[in-house]
Amino acid sequence: MDSDDLPIPEIPPFESERIFDQPPAWRRLIARVLRHRSMMIGFTILALIVLAAILAPVISPHDPYAQELSRRLTPPVWHENGGWTHILGTDKLGQDYLSRLFFGARVSLVIGLVSIMISGTIGVALGVLAGYLGGRVDAVINYFLTVRLSMPVILVALASASVLGGSVKVVILLLGFLLWDRFLIVSRAVTRQLREAEFIAAARSLGASPLFIMLREILPNLLGPLMVVATLEIAHAILLEATLSFLGLGVQPPMPSWGLMVAEGKAYMFFQPWIILIPGVMLVLLVLAINLVGDGLRDVTALDGRN
Amino acid sequence: MLNFLLQRLSVAVAVLFTVALIAFSLLHLSGDLAAAIAGPEATVETIEHVRHQYGLDRPMATQFFQWLSSAARLDFGRSFYFESSVRELVWQRMPITLNLGVVSLLLALVVAIPLGVLAAVFRDGVIDRLSMFISVIGQAMPNFWFALVLVLVFAVELKWLPVAGNASWKNFVLPSIALSYHAMPALMRLTRSGMLDVFSADYIRTARAKGLPAFTVVVKHALRNAIIPVVALAAVELGFMLGGSIVIEAIFSLQGLGQLAWDSIARNDFPVVQAIVLIIAVFYLALSLLGDVLSALLDPRLRKNG
Repeated sequence: MDSDDLPIPEIPPFESERIFDQPPAWRRLIARVLRHRSMMIGFTILALIVLAAILAPVISPHDPYAQELSRRLTPPVWHENGGWTHILGTDKLGQDYLSRLFFGARVSLVIGLVSIMISGTIGVALGVLAGYLGGRVDAVINYFLTVRLSMPVILVALASASVLGGSVKVVILLLGFLLWDRFLIVSRAVTRQLREAEFIAAARSLGASPLFIMLREILPNLLGPLMVVATLEIAHAILLEATLSFLGLGVQPPMPSWGLMVAEGKAYMFFQPWIILIPGVMLVLLVLAINLVGDGLRDVTALDGRN
Repeated sequence: MLNFLLQRLSVAVAVLFTVALIAFSLLHLSGDLAAAIAGPEATVETIEHVRHQYGLDRPMATQFFQWLSSAARLDFGRSFYFESSVRELVWQRMPITLNLGVVSLLLALVVAIPLGVLAAVFRDGVIDRLSMFISVIGQAMPNFWFALVLVLVFAVELKWLPVAGNASWKNFVLPSIALSYHAMPALMRLTRSGMLDVFSADYIRTARAKGLPAFTVVVKHALRNAIIPVVALAAVELGFMLGGSIVIEAIFSLQGLGQLAWDSIARNDFPVVQAIVLIIAVFYLALSLLGDVLSALLDPRLRKNG
């Protein structure tokens, strides 16, 4: 780690005890992030998509729900029949594709974030309990994990969605209650290592309760690895939402979702391939960006852990 | 070893029981099954008749244990839609899904293992970087969309392969590619990291020092050990592929188990859905057990704290 090219800040007296007079940890972290090329690419794409989602009502050229049946299936501007009114063309109902893409970004991001908050809470709670308490608790939780893993997400989600009816809320709840497995595996493994650490033994000898140790001593130390899992699982959730919507049991029309847009365009793809290519490329870009950020986070935090 | 096996088996049986319970309650919570079977125009009497005929008027627990005990004898009841035995239906559709799964897995291994080995041998070289790049892009592609793009390129543009159906082996090429690419990155990375670990071991240094040719060292000495976890992962991936084949079969209209599950979900044909959930769980558990046993057989250290 060479920090010579970094502007070293004025260090207050009590901080000068640092062994190498390095800048504070968070500054080193940011410097490392800035130097991680693929992570920066991921960040940039992700920021653009998030911005488009937030500003969707402002930057959309048309109302995403306005149907103009006389101009249905207008191709994008780079086609000979395309025009600047509908830059990315229109779908089978004459709805503006670009506006629907912007609003579809909201659906993907909201479902990804909220469902992962639910599944993360479940997975981390179970993982810390299993890792810290061990023994029977660990065996029972491991059994729950095996039950969950032996039922394919898509099959369970499809069966439940057909019972409950597809909607944004149902998709969020389903994914929230299905995607906790990796959170559990990672938090259990890290908790098991931490349990043997000296500062945990110190807390225990001071009479701290197991609950206090789990919440105040172990949980903060899980943040690094969990951030990596969370980003990768958000990508996973976004892909699953798209798949469910594609199969007709996720987000329902007329709401725009990228997976649904591919499904609606499928019947026309032989003559107008752009109709499935555009929303698909957006999905790939979004998931790719999130995965790049996640992989980058792993590299950056792993380096920090070694110090 | 026997202890290890017995312990694993008893957990598997308990898990299977729970999966059965979940599948059963999920589908029975969905509303009045008798009314659904009788159809929207049925009279109250018809509905009651149906309820009695299908045994839906008995207590839930009785229904569950009856279903479970006959399922243990491989009798999954009758389909509401086809009015034929669920076992027959599943039996007819199973070969297509198994074919698809096995071919996809072989394809994934044939691509992933050599790439993983080459990436480890020429670490940070062109192959290493390229395969990493492809796997990052590959993991970001939704299954269903990749399948549609394959159809556009190879069936519509190039006309090399048929769009859909299951008439000949050609119909299985695109679905297998679509199903296998998702398993490739994980298998490749595991091969690569396993090879890198092994390369630093003493016996590899000895083999090199003996003056054995590089190819012999890599394939005969290193790969043989690095491949253990890959085999275990491959078994688990096959289980995941059976789940993933729902989407792929739907796109290519292959009449396999996945398509049957998908159709049955849409038709509220609960006996079929329950049976398929249970069968896939059996496959997954059997395959991960197989993976564990293989690893334990090949590496005795794993047996102790399994």
